[in-house]
Amino acid sequence: MGETEEVRLLGVWFSPYAIRPKIALRLKSVDYDYVEEDLFGSKSELLLKSNPVHNKVPVLIHNNKPILESLNIVEYIDETWNASGPSILPSHPHDRAQARFWSAFVDDKWFPALKAAAITKSEEAKEKGMKEVEGGLLQLEEAFVSISKGNPFFGGEAIGFMDICLGSFVGILKAREKLKGEKLLDESKIPFLCKWANEFLSDDTVKNVVPEIDKVVEFLGELEVRAQSAVSKT
Amino acid sequence: MASDEVKVIGAWASPFVMRPRIALNLKSVPYEFVQETFGAKSELLLKSNPVHKKIPVLIHADKPVCESNIIVEYVDETWSASGPSMLPSTPYDRAIARFWAAYIDEKWFPSLKSILKAEGEEEKKAVLAQVEEGNALLEKAFIDCSKGKPFFNGEHIGYLDIAFGCFLAWLRVTELAGGHKLIDEVKTPSLSKWAERFCNDPAVKPVMPETATLAEFAKKIFAKPTA
Repeated sequence: MGETEEVRLLGVWFSPYAIRPKIALRLKSVDYDYVEEDLFGSKSELLLKSNPVHNKVPVLIHNNKPILESLNIVEYIDETWNASGPSILPSHPHDRAQARFWSAFVDDKWFPALKAAAITKSEEAKEKGMKEVEGGLLQLEEAFVSISKGNPFFGGEAIGFMDICLGSFVGILKAREKLKGEKLLDESKIPFLCKWANEFLSDDTVKNVVPEIDKVVEFLGELEVRAQSAVSKT
Repeated sequence: MASDEVKVIGAWASPFVMRPRIALNLKSVPYEFVQETFGAKSELLLKSNPVHKKIPVLIHADKPVCESNIIVEYVDETWSASGPSMLPSTPYDRAIARFWAAYIDEKWFPSLKSILKAEGEEEKKAVLAQVEEGNALLEKAFIDCSKGKPFFNGEHIGYLDIAFGCFLAWLRVTELAGGHKLIDEVKTPSLSKWAERFCNDPAVKPVMPETATLAEFAKKIFAKPTA
């Protein structure tokens, strides 16, 4: 334990998972070194050494110890710097279980469905997938209303665990709207979540951390070109 | 005023259902075990877990908690005064425990399941290799986490012991069916000893099915004709 704690974050600018620890570190006013991994190139020595099991970002390295998995990292940040800033996880066990449940829903069901629908070449699968994604958003809208109890965020007055989890995907949703005209954040269907999304993006801890929507649009376009050319090579 | 009543909706054969039951036993919390009928979902389950419609569900003072590992943390936090902590004390060790629990659910158990479903020698060999690779990682994880103590969590059974140990009965069934040992004194000596300690623990023994009984059950459910 020294006066300066070494905190490094390995990430990739586009990754919603890498955005999560960035927001958490800002909430706790923790200074850190950010190391950008090469998205399409080879993985750095440091990454391979710190995450030998999955070789994935984000990785938080705190005093030379690696912490893996974005939501684990957020909990770690919350527990380690518990004296600074708001509590990221709620305090009551039942509320904590709710936050963990809905973030597992987002990561294990909702976002994979969106990814699959985005990639598939089958129109039928795409339609079915998007219906699942929209259905998921309706469930999240209901959850938001019940959990936020009239406050701007899932976490209440300040951004919390579930805000960070779902919020990390808002940029992609807005970018897909611009690129594909796909209106997932539809005020007529999910008014509370739409309002929440804008609150989230304009929050001080988030504003300079999430990539600009236009950059994401450009990147999604590039991803698509790469996917097409990969298919045509086979 | 809602009573402090605890119910667990589940099924005897499900390793995921075993998790909250072990946790409640460790905290000496009495509960009602509501068993689902295989193949049909009860009103109570559909009402308590409308999003996933899956077991286990813990109902405490009329409020449902879903997802087995989340329930274990809930039990640990709610009855924190009634028994040793199920998660390690430092944030770093907690992060490690959560990491391995996620690995077990996302990578290890799916490969174990595939052994029973594998068709042909080639596929079986490939899946077996995956599981053995995972077991080697978990053997090392055990040594790192336990730091010489009997369990992943140290002196007492904890979150990661429960997350992994709940699969031991199915692991034994798979070993029997495949004629291939997966956790044993030679390949995974530390895990082998840990497995015995875990299965014999008074909090675990009452809820861990007998290998023979589970093997019979497995024959039934895997004998279903493929669509």
